[in-house]
Amino acid sequence: MEIVFGVFVSPFVQMWTDWPGFFLEVIISGLLTGVMYALVALGFVLIFKASGMLNFAQGVLALFAALTLSGLMDDYGVPGWLAIIITLFVMAGLAWLIERLMLRYLVNQEHIVLFMATIGLAYVLEGVGDILWGSDVKVLDLGIPQGASGWMMDTFGLYVEKLEIVAAVTAGILVAVLAVFFQKTRIGRALRAVADDHQAALSVGISLNTIWVIVWTVAGVVALVAGVMWGTKSGVQFSLSLIALKALPVLILGGFTSIPGAIVGGLIIGVGEKVAEVYWGPLVGGAIENWFAYILALVFLLFRPQGLFGERIIERV
Amino acid sequence: MFYREAGQFKGSYAADQAIFTIPQDRVAMIVLLVAAFAGVPFILNDYWTQAILLPFLIWSMAALGLNILTGYCGQVSLGTGGFMAVGAYAAFKLMTAFPELNFIAVVLLAGLVTAGVGMFFGLPSLRIKGFYLAVATLAAQFFLVWLFNKVPWFYNNSATGQISVPPSYLWGLQVTGPETKPWAAYLFCLAFVCVFALAAKNIVRGRIGRMWMAIRDMDIAAELIGVRPLVAKLSAFAVSSFYIGMAGALYFAVWLGAAEPTEAFGINISFLVLFMVIIGGLGSILGSFLGAGFLVLLPILLKNGLVDGVGLLPVTAKHVEIATMGVLIIFFLIVEPHGLNRLWQIAKEKLRLWPFPY
Repeated sequence: MEIVFGVFVSPFVQMWTDWPGFFLEVIISGLLTGVMYALVALGFVLIFKASGMLNFAQGVLALFAALTLSGLMDDYGVPGWLAIIITLFVMAGLAWLIERLMLRYLVNQEHIVLFMATIGLAYVLEGVGDILWGSDVKVLDLGIPQGASGWMMDTFGLYVEKLEIVAAVTAGILVAVLAVFFQKTRIGRALRAVADDHQAALSVGISLNTIWVIVWTVAGVVALVAGVMWGTKSGVQFSLSLIALKALPVLILGGFTSIPGAIVGGLIIGVGEKVAEVYWGPLVGGAIENWFAYILALVFLLFRPQGLFGERIIERV
Repeated sequence: MFYREAGQFKGSYAADQAIFTIPQDRVAMIVLLVAAFAGVPFILNDYWTQAILLPFLIWSMAALGLNILTGYCGQVSLGTGGFMAVGAYAAFKLMTAFPELNFIAVVLLAGLVTAGVGMFFGLPSLRIKGFYLAVATLAAQFFLVWLFNKVPWFYNNSATGQISVPPSYLWGLQVTGPETKPWAAYLFCLAFVCVFALAAKNIVRGRIGRMWMAIRDMDIAAELIGVRPLVAKLSAFAVSSFYIGMAGALYFAVWLGAAEPTEAFGINISFLVLFMVIIGGLGSILGSFLGAGFLVLLPILLKNGLVDGVGLLPVTAKHVEIATMGVLIIFFLIVEPHGLNRLWQIAKEKLRLWPFPY
């Protein structure tokens, strides 16, 4: 009886008594964490859209980008803006190498083989990144404001991280740019064609290899943004690549092929796990953040297998 | 020339359906088994058992389990680490609660417990498939590891949160605990793996295996011809988890002796076993062994080569090792996506034709 009460009644009572201050803070911090997840998930979506490949290396790609950036700034004293540009070129070069050495030979393989190949790629990037830049935790400081936002504190009495607001704004800009890129440009149209049907795209003269390089470059840029945000928040370290695992339930929720889905899914997962951790976590000893996202995604899947914005797959025999 | 099927006629259906239809194969297998059971125990030492043979046997068992699920039934799972943890903790609880229980029974019961848990986490597979399912099994992975960390009952309220294996005996011979003779541990695992590899081979050759393969190849068509997806998928999850649970019990009780959930059963374990299955060959029993052998030996060889041979620092060598593993995995997937098992088949084809190319 006590347990039933603890699960179904007292958390809601607590939310009501906290209203609005603490409860809003939980929601906002959840939303902003969600934005960070969404940034990583975006990279997944891009690659999945263009090649039907679940890119497990996206998290390590973010780690690699952040490592390169902080390595350039710390070891060589390159100024921030220049380091970002160099890192962008590095990511583009990486995309080219990946296409040349890996994707080119894996055309027409089963999904699981492609997926495993990206896990292999994750190992390579992790190893190479550590060899090049060392494996100790690095501080990434690009001058992004950090700490509590005074304005929010004074006006509404809410504790909100400045960095997370920056991340939210950046994510918004990124999604807008990606949307324009996909909808309005020639390359964007080609990308959508490839995503829809490889063979049809080939037959109208779209080069798959070029498209892959472009997609991986864009994913690399998104990874750089995600890496900068996470790196500023918690230092550049290996655990960054594990965020990729958190992006998976986000993808499930949003549907693998939808950019708005990645954002909405990220927000839902972020809020869901924060609220669950704060209000239901103490019942079972806390740290439920680790698996709550997956269970949430799983329960969701049982009702809507294709995700919120995913394409409904109709199977015929 | 060396390996000729021509002229070897089969006189009965039984002979035609045998696992090894060619006498050369049969003889080779018997020689291998005799050597493994009667030869190896006399020459092995502590290092060989702990670093190579036990890991090889135990990972083979886990790979067999995952291969049944992923290779034969087509359900991708990333929850292997969690299921191995279930096996290990079930074995631990059984051994501490019933010290008199025969250790063989402990391992089997641990497998059964895991089969139950596996079926529970297999339920979503009835509704979702592919990558969606893979992510769903991640829920099992993280939830189970969290559970074993959080609930003190599972680790008998020990202060460290670790579990360590109590000694157990079979016919007066110690098989678990620090005093175990290397050959006893080796023979115990070997016997288990051999029996269950044979069992797996026969399951996948029979009705149930065909049911799984039908589901894997095209689930809707399979449903139309009368395969019930519920039965097929859940039985695949049950059998697979049974093997993985036994592997987990052996991994903890015989090989490691002590375990801590986050380290010993983390997500990396899931990936490692999946790699074994893919590199060995999806949907083949032999492949599970080849994949496990490859991924057990490769890090040892790399480490020996890099640290002792080239003289790198152990830390750098570790990074180089990770990168090299990645390169090799990609290389393998490009060169032979069907795995080592396929290479072995090609080798047999070539031997059949040798010395003529066609």
